[in-house]
Amino acid sequence: MIEIKKEQENNYLILSVEGEADASSAINLDKAIREAFDEGHQSILIDCTNLNYISSAGLGVFMSYIEEISSNSINFILFGLSEKVLKVFGILGLDQLLTIKESKEEALEALNGI
Amino acid sequence: MSISVKFTPKFYMRLSLVLAILLWLIVSLIDVLQLLAFKSGVDLEIGREVPILLIDCFYVFIIIYYRLRVKEVDGGNFVDLLWRVFATGLVTTIISLFFKLFYSSIGDSALAENEFLKIFVDGVSRAIISIFLISTFIAWKKLILYQKSRRLIIYWNVFEWLVIGSIFFNLTGLTFQGSLAFKITSFAMAIMAIILSGNLKWVAYLNFKQKWKAILLIILITIYVFYFFAELYVPPAESLALINTIDNLFIITLFAFLLFYSVFSLLVILFNLPTSSVFERKMEEAINFQRLSQTIQTGESEEQIFDILLTSSMNAVYADAGWIEVNKDESTTQFINRNISRESINKVKEQIFSSKSRTVMKNPLSSSNAETDRVLVTLKKSTFKSVFVVPLTVQNKVSGFMYLLNEVSEGFNKEMINIVNTFASQASVSIENFKLMGEAISNERYKEELDIAKRVQRALLPEKLDHDEFFSIHAFTIAAAEVGGDYYDTFKLSDHRFAIVIGDVSGKGTSAAFHMSQMKGIFQSLAQMDLSADEFLFRSNKALSQCLERTSFITLTYFILDTNSKTLQFARAGHCPTLYYDKSKKAAEYFQNKGLGLGILRNDSFRKFVHVNELQFDKDDILVLYTDGISEAINAKGEEFGFDRMKALLEKNAHYDPVMIQKIFISKLYEFCGTKDLNDDYTMVVIKFN
Repeated sequence: MIEIKKEQENNYLILSVEGEADASSAINLDKAIREAFDEGHQSILIDCTNLNYISSAGLGVFMSYIEEISSNSINFILFGLSEKVLKVFGILGLDQLLTIKESKEEALEALNGI
Repeated sequence: MSISVKFTPKFYMRLSLVLAILLWLIVSLIDVLQLLAFKSGVDLEIGREVPILLIDCFYVFIIIYYRLRVKEVDGGNFVDLLWRVFATGLVTTIISLFFKLFYSSIGDSALAENEFLKIFVDGVSRAIISIFLISTFIAWKKLILYQKSRRLIIYWNVFEWLVIGSIFFNLTGLTFQGSLAFKITSFAMAIMAIILSGNLKWVAYLNFKQKWKAILLIILITIYVFYFFAELYVPPAESLALINTIDNLFIITLFAFLLFYSVFSLLVILFNLPTSSVFERKMEEAINFQRLSQTIQTGESEEQIFDILLTSSMNAVYADAGWIEVNKDESTTQFINRNISRESINKVKEQIFSSKSRTVMKNPLSSSNAETDRVLVTLKKSTFKSVFVVPLTVQNKVSGFMYLLNEVSEGFNKEMINIVNTFASQASVSIENFKLMGEAISNERYKEELDIAKRVQRALLPEKLDHDEFFSIHAFTIAAAEVGGDYYDTFKLSDHRFAIVIGDVSGKGTSAAFHMSQMKGIFQSLAQMDLSADEFLFRSNKALSQCLERTSFITLTYFILDTNSKTLQFARAGHCPTLYYDKSKKAAEYFQNKGLGLGILRNDSFRKFVHVNELQFDKDDILVLYTDGISEAINAKGEEFGFDRMKALLEKNAHYDPVMIQKIFISKLYEFCGTKDLNDDYTMVVIKFN
């Protein structure tokens, strides 16, 4: 089960992902991100504070946007990942391709610094 | 010579008949003797009771005979039963008429005055009349007890025993005129007979034709009964004053009962004649209903079900025409029409849409959906004045409509609508079952296909792993579904160099299995080229970029093992870090080198993320390769099996051989999870250097 809340704050869009991103719920995650991209948001923050688990299918969703992020120079920042989730990103090497920050403050700092 | 007697009902039947005939002969003999004695003025000193008792026994045996003879009636053989009663009556009447004719022909001759002849004739007619009465009595019993209840049986048994008891009433010598007891008893029994005559359930099961036959037969039987009654009622000649038959309670009761029941059934059948078509139609509806529910078993198609539905519904509501239209798919609609052409259908449909006089009936099963409402439409300028539209729903979706047309206005009553609705829902159930059956069959086929896939995939994983005397290797894998995405393989590069690979495809099941087989192809092709570990990953990534889905990736670790130089070169593509046990340090650790999964970056920049490591190994060092199904397996509390637990496990069991180490790992894993039914594919490969 996954629940995604969408919120527009100042100049960025924040997607709060709650629950588990596994094979069945990854579709919803993909839909939410796709929507945000299609709406033409330049800055997208993903709040993973309440993301308890991510499977390879969930990782596949983030992975599939990497090229689009770089080619459209979108600010796509994940923050608040639990140790477990962060480790999964790390093993796969996704931490090298995605901007991952510890907290929302750090994420905003990174956003405004650019 | 021995005669073997079998005490079957047939034996008793014959025995009672023989005894009855014997008794009758004895009684006749006594009568003759008494007459002779009377004439010669001698008293034979035979009590008055003796012949009466004997004739009573005669009745009893006849009753026993017919009780055994007349079989239970079932289904439609009521008319046969009536026919047999009629035939018995016919024979009796013919004999009786013959005697009458005989007497009238001999007229006043001396023979007519012969008392012996009179005794004989009288004896015969008494016997045959009582036989007719008793056989009819038993036949009526069968009719009354058709569809019996416990109460009815009790009531009947009381009546029957009273009737049998009444046989012996004549021993008392009381007469109807002279005795109050006689009058009361016969009156009481007549009341009982009337009450019993109310049981006429069998009449309902006669069809129209059978009813007419039954009426005819019963009329004739009633005439016989009347005739015999008249016959016996006429006071017999003085010489026979000894035996006044009509003063027999048994015979009176039988007459009364037979007459009541005959008249009652006659009237009931007569009054039932006009409604018998309704009953027959109800039966037909029941049969149609059964046909609708049975069509599936005989392997008929949807079309045939609709066909039966239309026919049955039209019959049930006396529709003049009708059609069913079924939406096969988006564009095609199939029509099944009766007594109406396609052109007329379109015309009628137009009129239905424009008609304002419509009654909508909610479908009680899905009241929320307006599509499933049944509609009753009245048309004005059309041959058909009333139309009933029934939506046909299959699996909660309206898949078609049935239109029933009637040339009279308000041609459909509530009763008709109900029966049509029932037919329609039964047809829906039948079609649903039909579809489910088809689905079940194709599911079965998929299962077989999946079994084949499983076997094929099993064959993709190597049965024998390449190695030499310097190391031993053991692998273990389990897939969560029939097929999985875990992969391991080996390739002998040269005499002392081996390529070993472990990989995991993102996702699970069939799609993962396909990608895994692609990986197998890539490994077997590229390994032949004897590339360095980083070059292997780079080229694999390039190859996979062309064939992986957008959201799929593969994690992989590639090892090149040289048993000559005792070196291990490896590169990691996002796969779980390898666990390595160093004998000299007596400690295990994970290789923490950088890497990136295959298929994540689908361009040349992937090369930047690949790192090659090299190390020197010694005897008794251990390499544990595994997939995340093991490291990320969780228990009921949500805890992961985890790296630390695996590391400790290896350190503790490093003295074992690879097979043992694998067994310990997996048993500890099951113990930790509390189940063998893990949610992911899991694989481990253990290498120990010798």
